[in-house]
Amino acid sequence: MEQARRTATGPGRVLVAVYAIFALAATSRAGVQIGTKFHEAPLAYLLSAFAAVVYILATVALARGGVKWWRIAFASCTVELLGVLTVGTLSIFDRQAFPDATVWSVYGQGYVFIPLVLPVIGLYWLRRTAPERVSS
Amino acid sequence: MIFGFAVAVAGCALLVALWSFVQSVRNRLPDTPLLVALAVVELLLVAQLVVGVVLLAGGERPGSIATYLAYLIGCLVVLPVGAAWALAERSRSSTVVLGIACLAIPVMVLRLNEVWSGASA
Repeated sequence: MEQARRTATGPGRVLVAVYAIFALAATSRAGVQIGTKFHEAPLAYLLSAFAAVVYILATVALARGGVKWWRIAFASCTVELLGVLTVGTLSIFDRQAFPDATVWSVYGQGYVFIPLVLPVIGLYWLRRTAPERVSS
Repeated sequence: MIFGFAVAVAGCALLVALWSFVQSVRNRLPDTPLLVALAVVELLLVAQLVVGVVLLAGGERPGSIATYLAYLIGCLVVLPVGAAWALAERSRSSTVVLGIACLAIPVMVLRLNEVWSGASA
């Protein structure tokens, strides 16, 4: 049997709050970009939308309990870290592809690099709250 | 936007954020005075929405109307949701949650004003 420790308790509540703010920021930004000027840079705006989905998923998963949601949270934070590293690197080498900032452009520079730090803290917190195997 | 008003809103939110963090260091739970302060900031944000819409109705145009409205309305969501999340489990962390929610406000107000004065995203 596996039992999950709660991710949304104590300091975890602060983490969920920060994730929720980024979910809001990324979703609004992607919504405006796709709604008003999608043709200008489809790749960058799709990445914006993808980032938004990852933040929403991470927020919900961290806010919920249980082994299943812990795994979803872990996957989201991992994808988020890979995403910010990949998009961050691409946006430095190919500015043309990213004419308009996404949350992850230049490693989240427009958001004081919080997008780079957040998944690391998230993964650390998930390790701390990793499901325990309980023999019964 | 009216620059002085934006500075006042951002300043108030920053003060309440600071107050939250001080309270959490002092190991305090969110108390009524802090929640009232939060409500005052929220009222200022509602006033900001009204001013913003009046300016739009008067024919003035920001850099991007969609982004402008997104910030104007998005601002209003942060504090109530943050407060609900903070009060669902009252602990020292919930006081920090209130502080984080307040910190988001000056950032959004600053961006709102950049968009108003011509930035498009």
